[in-house]
Amino acid sequence: MTLITEIDYGTPKSKSTAMVTLEIDGHSITVPEGTSIMRAAMELGTQIPKLCATDNMASFGSCRLCLVEIEGRKGTPASCTTPVAPGIKVHTQTERLGKLRQGVMELYLSDHPIAGDSAMQDMADSVGLSHVRYGFEGENHVSPVRLDGEANPRFKEKDESNPYFTFDPAKCIVCSRCVRACEEVQGTFALTIDGRGFASHVSAGMDENFMESECVSCGACVQACPTGSLLEKSVIALGKPETSVITTCAYCGVGCSFKAEMKGDEVVRMVPWKDGGANEGHSCVKGRFAWGYASHKDRVTKPMVRDRITDPWKEVSWEEAIGFAARRFMEIQKKYGRGSIGGITSSRCTNEEVFAVQKMVRTAFHNNNVDTCARVCHSPTGYGLSKTFGTSAGTQDFKSVDECDVMLVIGANPTDAHPVFASRMKKRLREGAKLIILDPRRIDMVRSPHVVADFHLPLRPGTNVAVVNALSHVILTEGLEAKAYIAERCDPKEFARWTDFIRQPVNSPEAMESITGVSAAEVRAAARLYATGGNGAIYYGLGVTEHSQGSTMVMAMANLAMLTGNVGRNGVGVNPLRGQNNVQGSCDMGSFPHEYSGYRHVGDNSVREMFEQVWQTALDSEPGLRIPNMFDAAVEGTFKGLYVQGEDIAQSDPNTNHVTHALEALECVVVQDLFLNETAAFAHVFFPGTSFLEKDGTFTNAERRINRVRQVKAPMQGKDEWQVVCELSQAMGYDMHYNSASEIMDEIARVTPTFAGVSFEKLDRLGSVQWPCNDKAPEGTPLMHVGGFVRGLGRFMITEFVPTTERTNRFFPLILTTGRILSQYNVGAQTRRTQNVAWHAEDVLEIHPHDAEVRGIRNGQMVSISSRVGATTLRALISERMAQGVVYTTFHHPVSGANVITTENSDWATNCPEYKVTAVQVTLSNQQSDWQKDWEIREDENKRIAVKPLVAAE
Amino acid sequence: METRDMLRMANQIADFFKGYPREEARKEAATHLNNYWDPRMRKHLFEHLAKGGEGLDPLIIEAAAQIRKPKMDAA
Ligand code: SF4
Ligand code: SF4
Ligand code: FES
Repeated sequence: MTLITEIDYGTPKSKSTAMVTLEIDGHSITVPEGTSIMRAAMELGTQIPKLCATDNMASFGSCRLCLVEIEGRKGTPASCTTPVAPGIKVHTQTERLGKLRQGVMELYLSDHPIAGDSAMQDMADSVGLSHVRYGFEGENHVSPVRLDGEANPRFKEKDESNPYFTFDPAKCIVCSRCVRACEEVQGTFALTIDGRGFASHVSAGMDENFMESECVSCGACVQACPTGSLLEKSVIALGKPETSVITTCAYCGVGCSFKAEMKGDEVVRMVPWKDGGANEGHSCVKGRFAWGYASHKDRVTKPMVRDRITDPWKEVSWEEAIGFAARRFMEIQKKYGRGSIGGITSSRCTNEEVFAVQKMVRTAFHNNNVDTCARVCHSPTGYGLSKTFGTSAGTQDFKSVDECDVMLVIGANPTDAHPVFASRMKKRLREGAKLIILDPRRIDMVRSPHVVADFHLPLRPGTNVAVVNALSHVILTEGLEAKAYIAERCDPKEFARWTDFIRQPVNSPEAMESITGVSAAEVRAAARLYATGGNGAIYYGLGVTEHSQGSTMVMAMANLAMLTGNVGRNGVGVNPLRGQNNVQGSCDMGSFPHEYSGYRHVGDNSVREMFEQVWQTALDSEPGLRIPNMFDAAVEGTFKGLYVQGEDIAQSDPNTNHVTHALEALECVVVQDLFLNETAAFAHVFFPGTSFLEKDGTFTNAERRINRVRQVKAPMQGKDEWQVVCELSQAMGYDMHYNSASEIMDEIARVTPTFAGVSFEKLDRLGSVQWPCNDKAPEGTPLMHVGGFVRGLGRFMITEFVPTTERTNRFFPLILTTGRILSQYNVGAQTRRTQNVAWHAEDVLEIHPHDAEVRGIRNGQMVSISSRVGATTLRALISERMAQGVVYTTFHHPVSGANVITTENSDWATNCPEYKVTAVQVTLSNQQSDWQKDWEIREDENKRIAVKPLVAAE
Repeated sequence: METRDMLRMANQIADFFKGYPREEARKEAATHLNNYWDPRMRKHLFEHLAKGGEGLDPLIIEAAAQIRKPKMDAA
């Protein structure tokens, strides 16, 4: 293993199709028009020295190191800013150029101490500069004190404010790469060059430190810096990395590829990988920096068991723990029937781990009581898109956004929840694409540097379907629909029926205005823009799915996309932004109680018989319980045992009191996780899990892209997670055995037509593939439904608006909606155990100034927030982002108990909980809620680990 | 499961399919319950129907004939 360094071509690839032939150092080369001479040279393998150029941003031409000579032209133009031209003859190495470059380098070095592993050192070597004639005596940025003993006004202290990287102004050559990275790659515009000439310097915000500025700590500037002026603190502490392994981030559904750069078996830093299909070299603060949880002291690495949940945990051997769990599960089934146990798979685990768990449930538990945490986030996506288009997945790859003309962002907050994709969206928006946002909250994308939404429709929570129906109504009644597309690709009978429905005046924006709170004129204008503005793409998140009409809404969006011909090519589509890293994969792998891998119903005899053959056991043809049904059945007494893989249902699922009662009613709960999470407080068996750095397998991101997760270091607890699952199955009488994760993928490919062409060998060879990947598409399918829908003809579905039963009233006059923020992730088990807490130490309740004022609430005061099912206490943050009548919070910290308030209401089709709408009251409070007091007691009581008696020293 | 929750869920399904012609709606609602409701949930529904089906949307009552009766050993 070596350290992987990607080739830097110096300037971005030209998109032109016209080709130009030129000669560089006597070699002929043909490149697309618009290519820089620097890039053309690199394609020949000639590296022209450079400092300010790099290939993920436009060239800038400030360092003057990349000079070349062109026959017949005067002077020495910069190769990074000079485009190729037909027939020119370029020389990259001449005596004159050598001298000029040495001179430039010498001037830089006379004012800048060199960092050993930086591009600066490489360039000094490459131009052959062995010593610098001038010291730091003259005007400089390096010494705090001048020769005359006075303080040096040019000197600036290091900025150590960011927990993950430092900025040392003394090493900065003001090449502007960081500024441009922040603008062009990240789109945050946090950095500027202040001052002029020799006094110019890089500054964050208004000459603030990084933490006080707009910086979101994505790391793009650190990566771009050629001098080591911006540098990861982990590199300063641990030294230069020596080897790298390419792997995939385990946080959000973007699925960024990273180089884990190592020294021995210690991770020094995570650097986004340029060839990563999803991120193309960019990252966010979580994947780039927040991986320290993997070696946090809270990690449990020994299996543990206990008889009752009030007993302290007892550390035991793997054998004992697996035997204990198997015995209990089998006893339960004997007593209460084979349907009395089940399992939950996790979207944070690999495809292979998930596949193993669902297989264990179907073969060793002999039932279909397996569900996945996608139940509570994107299950309506699967349902809605398969009904209308025929597949349970998004239609595009991320790159497609580069060709989008109108983005319709619904119930998603990309800059916080899918930051790397948000950067890509913002780039396209800066190029001129239009933006329509449907969200009750004024999310950052409504207005941020150089991005302003053309329309923000701040609808009342729970009225999504009404608004999207109204958009379709306008398009159809104004004759803006894509007639030819519909005639060619959609089912005419369904379309005719739908037309009758959507034309009805009740669906007009005017009729809906009083319900949705959105001005009819704005809806009309937005509809016209989406229908006529060119390529229209819908991007959506949990603000769509987590409603009582989540599935209806997904279908309504699919209708809208078909109506305007916006499915089946680049730049368009219906794109779910998946929350967790492997939501798509866990669904694909057959984690739903009614479906095998590849979304085939358990009641389909031919499919079931095929699985029976391969798995050599009889399988149940009845659908099993979904997560909320498991809780209900537990309270009722027919469900008694649960295996929970890497998921914290006690914190993340709605109506915590109900979940708690259900968990308390279970006779055996097995938790497989890194930490003693909230659910573990109710568990009898704890199987320590592996972090993503210890896993070998695959994750599938929101674009259906199957990415490799490679083992960076050995599992801390000694076993792969799938191996534990195999051993538990064996202990329960079903012989499940694999030698490696790649064998599991081979089985997945054998039994799943859309994965038939997938293997670790292929993934290693191609980097990643997007399913379907089979004989028809051996290298995968970036775009779906090209030329026709997977189901045949696209199906318009009738999507009547049915208001939720969760309504405000005298007692609960406000609507609570929940979400998440950039630096934290989901229940926070990982991010809370990193320095990301510097950005978000607690969950707060955002409330509109007017709602706060009438309640006498001031910013920062503690408030009680109660719904019909429970209450909790949070700190209030008065914010104009909220519409009046709507309050908002996150659920990253267990003590906040955000889900104590959310209710049992759920999507009609999939039981996905209605997290986004809860009627609440907010009042001033000076104490914790009863639930929070109970939580603190449980935190102490139910998570104790028995101390082993000390053996007296001899 | 509480009967109240079962009723809420069944009636929500009815609400969606009501947009379709009656016969189709009956069939779709029944198929939905057959495909997604585990046997003990369908059992609960049938028990409630046997008691008169109070609070159930008429569409579900009409669809009952097409809903698969669970084999009782499944739970
Ligand atoms: S870390 Fe990212 S957001 Fe912060 S200054 Fe650097 S590029 Fe900009
Ligand atoms: S959290 Fe998401 S956007 Fe951030 S690095 Fe990981 S996969 Fe990429
Ligand atoms: S690399 Fe061309 S001017 Fe800096």
